[in-house]
Amino acid sequence: MTEEKLYELQQTSLKVREHIIRMSGNGGCFIGASLSCADLTVYLYKEFLNISKETLNDETRDYLFLSKGHDVPALYGTFVELGWLEKDRLNNHLKTNDFIYWHPNRNIPGIEFHSGSLGHNFSVAAGVALDCKLKNINNKIVVIVGDGELNEGSMWEGLLVANAYKLDNVLVIVDRNQFQANLSTEELIPLEPLDKKFEAFNCAVKKINGHNFDEMENVFNSFPFEKNKISVVIAETVRGKGLPSIEKRADRWFVNFKQEEIEQLIQELHGNAKANLTSETLMVR
Amino acid sequence: MNYEQLLIELISNDNRYFVMTAENRAAMRGITNQIKNNFIDTGITEQTMIGMAAGLALRGRVPIVHALATFLTMRAFEFIRTDVGIPNLPVKIMGSVAGFLSEANGPTHQAIEDVSIMRGIPNMNVFCPADLQDFNLGIKKVLQHDNPFYIRYLNLPNVVEHSEFEIGKAEVFGNGKDIAILVYGMLFTQAFKVKEILEKKGYSVRLLNLRTLKPIDETEILKTVNECKLIVTIEDHFITGGLYSILAELLLRNKKTTEVLPIALMNKWFKPALLNDVLEYEGFTANKLAIKIENYFEEKNF
Repeated sequence: MTEEKLYELQQTSLKVREHIIRMSGNGGCFIGASLSCADLTVYLYKEFLNISKETLNDETRDYLFLSKGHDVPALYGTFVELGWLEKDRLNNHLKTNDFIYWHPNRNIPGIEFHSGSLGHNFSVAAGVALDCKLKNINNKIVVIVGDGELNEGSMWEGLLVANAYKLDNVLVIVDRNQFQANLSTEELIPLEPLDKKFEAFNCAVKKINGHNFDEMENVFNSFPFEKNKISVVIAETVRGKGLPSIEKRADRWFVNFKQEEIEQLIQELHGNAKANLTSETLMVR
Repeated sequence: MNYEQLLIELISNDNRYFVMTAENRAAMRGITNQIKNNFIDTGITEQTMIGMAAGLALRGRVPIVHALATFLTMRAFEFIRTDVGIPNLPVKIMGSVAGFLSEANGPTHQAIEDVSIMRGIPNMNVFCPADLQDFNLGIKKVLQHDNPFYIRYLNLPNVVEHSEFEIGKAEVFGNGKDIAILVYGMLFTQAFKVKEILEKKGYSVRLLNLRTLKPIDETEILKTVNECKLIVTIEDHFITGGLYSILAELLLRNKKTTEVLPIALMNKWFKPALLNDVLEYEGFTANKLAIKIENYFEEKNF
């Protein structure tokens, strides 16, 4: 990847992270999971997916399903930077005059399907993938799943079926930020060795650092990884990435920060002093 | 035309129709090769099948999904509600061996709350044909409808010629004023015989084959309530949430009450056995139903 391209992606990611941080007040959002997948959404939409503002409803477009749902601020932030969503609309977060809330809504341009209930979007994506295959459309169907979401049996059931019908136009990306709602995945329901689990379901698996654009380029450009197999990328990420004061912390899952904390976090994002956070974290679950 | 022929005709005229089954091939066993470009068997995976149906519907398809009614409506309930109901996708849900039709399978297979839970989903409609002829008369309109539908699939022979079908319209037999029987699904056949038995005894009876329980034929039911002394609801369904509840809601909505005898499964699963023995044991044969209705009518001294 050229220095120029890398710089451009990094700058976009910074802006998306700013949007996420600004959505973490006035009712709050799931900031940790949003920050962990922000680099992925930026890369996928800017570099990988064949989709633009003009082709949002094109029959041959690529699809992205955000199955874990609660990280939708990363997607909306990305959509703002792509010019699909007016920046001002982010001020409508959690307001009744818009459709921008804690989980995705299809009324927002670019959202392919609603999510929030975990373990659903993989099978929905498989249905889309089946139709595209039958119509000989050479497109990509991407599903971003959370690692906690892999507790859901329907995810594995869906893989069995997608494998049976050789849906190799599907790419699953696991946002492997090591946490589910309250605890680390390995502490609660251990997933490792995760690559072996996917391989046992006949998937072609690659691992990347989910914050490294060069690695993303190399790995995503090799999709589909193997003919007749579902491709899986385990993207090793950091919950809360970009904000050292909340990174890798189990208790910063859902937050509702005060305005002054938000301003400090934006400073922190840009490499200035660490924020002094006093707001308690809401434990939703 | 049988169901397999219907599917072939639909698909050959319109590539949007897509047949899915969670390894419940009874309804299309003979044609899977002929429709192979519009067919998928997802194995024993009701949830994945519904999710995939939603995905196919997003792409403009009209999925017709098949599984045993109990697993389809309950194992996959949240997928139906969330992936089909919320976006109002035109997925057609064929539940087989619903109600008494599960015969000797036992309570795991008894879909006797299916009407209740399916009609509770916004946008979802419910079609419960009386027999194969009734099913054939209605199914095209149901499949062509823009909204999702739950269908109590069945292939039993008809005992009477049915009239033209319209979604939301009951089929009315007779204009009796003593007793009105409201029924849906396979028990229509028994109810039709009940009408004959009671008429021979001198009662004036009418029979409503409701066909779609959602939308329900409110106009016809209100007319019936106004004109008849006793309303009887007959259903192979729990008493909660089915036809009796639909009637109660309808009456309250119209600030009305009337004399109603509900015949349903009163908070119990039914005794597993072959169909005729189930009907006998549970009191749903035409003779037993007629006696029950007659006794109730006489007790009331109308």
